[in-house]
Amino acid sequence: MTDDVLIELAGYGFQYRAQSAPTLHDIDLTVRRGEKIVIVGASGSGKSTLLSVMNGMVPHRYPGTATGSVRVGGSDPAQVPLVETSRHVGTVLQDISGQFVALTAREDIAFSLENQQVPAADMPARVQRAAALVDIEDHLDAAPHALSGGQKQRVAIAGVLVDDVDVLLFDEPLAMLDPASGRTAIELIDTLNREHGTTIVMVEHRLEDVLHRDVDRIVLMEGGRIIADAPPGEVIASGLLEAAGIRPPLHVAALAYAGAPVAAYQRPGSAETIALTDAQIAAVRNWAGGRDAAERSSEQPGAGAGSAAGGPRASAVPAPAPEAPVVPEVDGPTVLALEDVGVVLGASRTSPGERVLHGVSTRVRRGEMIGILGSNGAGKSTLARTVCGFVPHSTGRILLDGADASAWPIAQRGERVGFVLQEPGQMISKPLIAEEIALGLEARGLSEAEIAERTERVLEVCGLAPFRTWPVSALSHGQKKRLTIASVLALEPEVLILDEPTAGQDFAHYTEFMDFLASVNAGGTTVLLITHDMHLALEYTDRVLVVSGGQIIADASPADVLTDREITRRADLVTTGLHTLAERCGLPEPARLVRRFVEVDRQVRAERSASAQQRDGAQRADGADGANGGPA
Amino acid sequence: MSTPLLGYVDRPGPLHTLTGTAKLVLVIGIVGAAMISFDARFLAALAVASIVLWAASRIRPGDLAVVLWIVGTFMVLNNLLIFAFAPGYGTDLFGTRHVLIDGPGRWDLTSEQLFYQAVVTLKYFAVMPAMLLFITTTRPPEFASSLSRIGVPYRVSYSVSLALRYIPDVQRDFRTISQAQQARGLDTSKRQRLGVRIRNLVSVLLPLLLGALERIETVSSAMELRGFGREKRRTWFDERPFRARDLVVIAVAALLVAGAIALVVLNGGRYWNPFA
Amino acid sequence: MTPRISPVTQVVAIGIGAALFVVLGLVRIPTPIPNTSINIQYALLAVFAVLYGPIAGALIGLIGHIILDAVSFGSIWLSWEIASGVFGLLLGFLMLRNRVMEGEFAGKDIVRFVVGVVIAQVVAFLVVAPLGDILIYSEPAGKVFAQGAVAALANSITASVLGVIILSVYARTRTRTGSLTVGS
Repeated sequence: MTDDVLIELAGYGFQYRAQSAPTLHDIDLTVRRGEKIVIVGASGSGKSTLLSVMNGMVPHRYPGTATGSVRVGGSDPAQVPLVETSRHVGTVLQDISGQFVALTAREDIAFSLENQQVPAADMPARVQRAAALVDIEDHLDAAPHALSGGQKQRVAIAGVLVDDVDVLLFDEPLAMLDPASGRTAIELIDTLNREHGTTIVMVEHRLEDVLHRDVDRIVLMEGGRIIADAPPGEVIASGLLEAAGIRPPLHVAALAYAGAPVAAYQRPGSAETIALTDAQIAAVRNWAGGRDAAERSSEQPGAGAGSAAGGPRASAVPAPAPEAPVVPEVDGPTVLALEDVGVVLGASRTSPGERVLHGVSTRVRRGEMIGILGSNGAGKSTLARTVCGFVPHSTGRILLDGADASAWPIAQRGERVGFVLQEPGQMISKPLIAEEIALGLEARGLSEAEIAERTERVLEVCGLAPFRTWPVSALSHGQKKRLTIASVLALEPEVLILDEPTAGQDFAHYTEFMDFLASVNAGGTTVLLITHDMHLALEYTDRVLVVSGGQIIADASPADVLTDREITRRADLVTTGLHTLAERCGLPEPARLVRRFVEVDRQVRAERSASAQQRDGAQRADGADGANGGPA
Repeated sequence: MSTPLLGYVDRPGPLHTLTGTAKLVLVIGIVGAAMISFDARFLAALAVASIVLWAASRIRPGDLAVVLWIVGTFMVLNNLLIFAFAPGYGTDLFGTRHVLIDGPGRWDLTSEQLFYQAVVTLKYFAVMPAMLLFITTTRPPEFASSLSRIGVPYRVSYSVSLALRYIPDVQRDFRTISQAQQARGLDTSKRQRLGVRIRNLVSVLLPLLLGALERIETVSSAMELRGFGREKRRTWFDERPFRARDLVVIAVAALLVAGAIALVVLNGGRYWNPFA
Repeated sequence: MTPRISPVTQVVAIGIGAALFVVLGLVRIPTPIPNTSINIQYALLAVFAVLYGPIAGALIGLIGHIILDAVSFGSIWLSWEIASGVFGLLLGFLMLRNRVMEGEFAGKDIVRFVVGVVIAQVVAFLVVAPLGDILIYSEPAGKVFAQGAVAALANSITASVLGVIILSVYARTRTRTGSLTVGS
């Protein structure tokens, strides 16, 4: 092994003690000094386990049996103490709040030094240097809850870099960040790699976001094996990504749909830098203009017409509610209306508080599926929480079915508006699925027959009927999420609000889950999705409300919002590669390409989900793996 | 759901410049001295000294209004309880009986009882300002390192630091879970019968606790990866060398405890008896 | 001691346990008796003492209660804070070598837990706390024993009822599920 090889696995396999089959098979992987590698794979592909092998958590914290060999910084992690491996390989965990253990950023960065008994007098200089590397010097006094997710991640990186590690290991660095901060994180990681020579290994399934900056290699995993390990161009052009459950970058998919797929030599990782051929540009132009997408999609309620009327509304001053709706009339009565709603948090005798929402007015009609978009801290969650009565509003009115609900307590609003938290674990308190669904129904004083009837119905709707006798603990994350939705749907609310419904899920689970939500919506329930994922809104909603700085700054179709530079800039939204592709192909109306893409993609997805349902029928549920053993 | 009423107030004053360790020793000294002694003169002197410190530290009464109100209520209740259960306790302690008001049955109000209860109340007020000052003038991170410096094992000191670190997170989780469950009709407020309230409480407690158990695993992984717990000792970022003023404060603390003990010897007991 | 729990995990369990103790201590669940609220933090303490052992139990009780009193009253009342620590310590000892983390909590374990809670509560709040009050604060015996009795009774009920429910559900989340089949 030469000095330049920092991590080397050869014929490595691993089986957790609590599991009946190995999680990793026959892994060969070499990480050299200065490289930047991304390991991608669907949930359960073994990528997190591979990461735990590299930092020594396997087998020190997660015991099991290993085969083959592994060397990290010249020694076998299993043979040396965990902290020894950490001197070579610094890990930034996915749960950045969990990694932030100290009371301030300064002390958290110093944590490792304290544990090595570095004298207090020597610490400030080293902390300062590490903080400067990640540009967090101005927040050293801050407590963790005063920092954003991106800032906490920087503190975590500094806390590792303070030890002069060779390799930085990132476990899903984008999972807890909104797209704008995710992009900044990727840029920072790239800078560390290029300017400071830090070797980078990332585990992530949001490939398009990772490829915002170039990487040296993509390592693709499936079923505990490495099925590709090559420069990004080759892996992207190989078509292996989709098969392994990873969404390829959107511009790559669009080129494939247009009949002009990318080749490895084009450096297809980023829409900005791909070397497009004339034939590809022509194909895209032809494909996007082939059919009038705008006209077609306006057949669907609420979509499209915003652009016909001259683009989405982007106003700095909130408009009064009764003004003519910007989005065309949707059939059905208004179920929820906000009139000039303002929220002030933390007001007291001594402090005027913080204005988190102001002048918010909007109407939601029965049967709509709406995305509430914005970056973290923009006020989109506060908006939803205000509707549910979790946060009191200081001005304006909230109308449910035309009745002024402003003074209603939480439980009464809950009869009309169901709220589903991002983390299903925060809502489930019963050991059995049916009990969990019945919990809210019993609280409402319904009869036993009624409870049984409704339980049966929502189990059916949510695809949980086959598991009705299972303990909750045997369900997978996605199934638990469905259970929380089932238990809220059983209360028969008119409006269902979901907070970041697909956070942290891989492409396959994301698609499956969103298709399920679309079917719930088709069943007549109005659905509001709080999300920072532009593409989710694009694919699944017909109308989006863009929240920024506590105001609704746009109310239009997602394709129009996505391609409006002004709005995306103000709301700190990240446009996808589709927009860049449209520009580079010289399309006058980028929204057109986006609509065309969504349209085709929906068809492809429908076919895919039809075949997936067939698969599901035969397959035993995969839930049991989440209950025990090590990390998935 | 109420929030913690007290916390560090970032408004630098003379007490902010002392090391946490010196302040901790002073608080322990005051609490210890006030615990040992029942001499009204000594306790009154302690209370006055604490109030002087207060004035010097630029903590405004407004920062503490709610706490003072709660403590006042608590003291009134406690005094009523003592009188209800043991109206003759003062007489037992001091050996004399001067009735002030002839109450029903054994509930006569005596000077001795009044004096005893005044001392109990004074004891409380002698300790409280120092505690409040310590809490409002010590940065939480310094607290853990101070504990370690006075001899508490570093693992225990770090537990205290983690507790302070995670209180806001746990509070936010509690609020989120409780609101989501209320929206499902699982109410824990006064509107419900007690039995239902407790059952609904379980639907909040369970997700909170199961989440906390998971969090414990993540946090301990993160700490182990960064070398916590490997060595016999650890250093602390904000360890500051003692200056003269710190040593003076520590000496004062020692004197207070010594004084309290001396008074017990001089008075021939923990009480100073004005009735003798 | 519970050997399978790493010392670092113990430290974290004590810290987060104490944070939970404080937060739950700040939650006031009103009862029909005026000025009396249910102290749900003892249910939490009982659960952690079972899962993480007597040392964790003792320190969560002590640290949690001191912080709780300090942030809500600006004072400490040592006799009761020590009593909380004694409760955690004793219950942890009485429940040593339980297999809740392996998914076993039924029948005999439940009885042992409830008896343990009652014994630990009685020792903590009917012996330690009142004696401390008498020694440290020179309070009248009748008053402090009456207060201790009320506290021990109320805490025993909430801690055993809530504790049994929580531990049962937790144990079930730890059960192996390999034998499950999909019904229709």
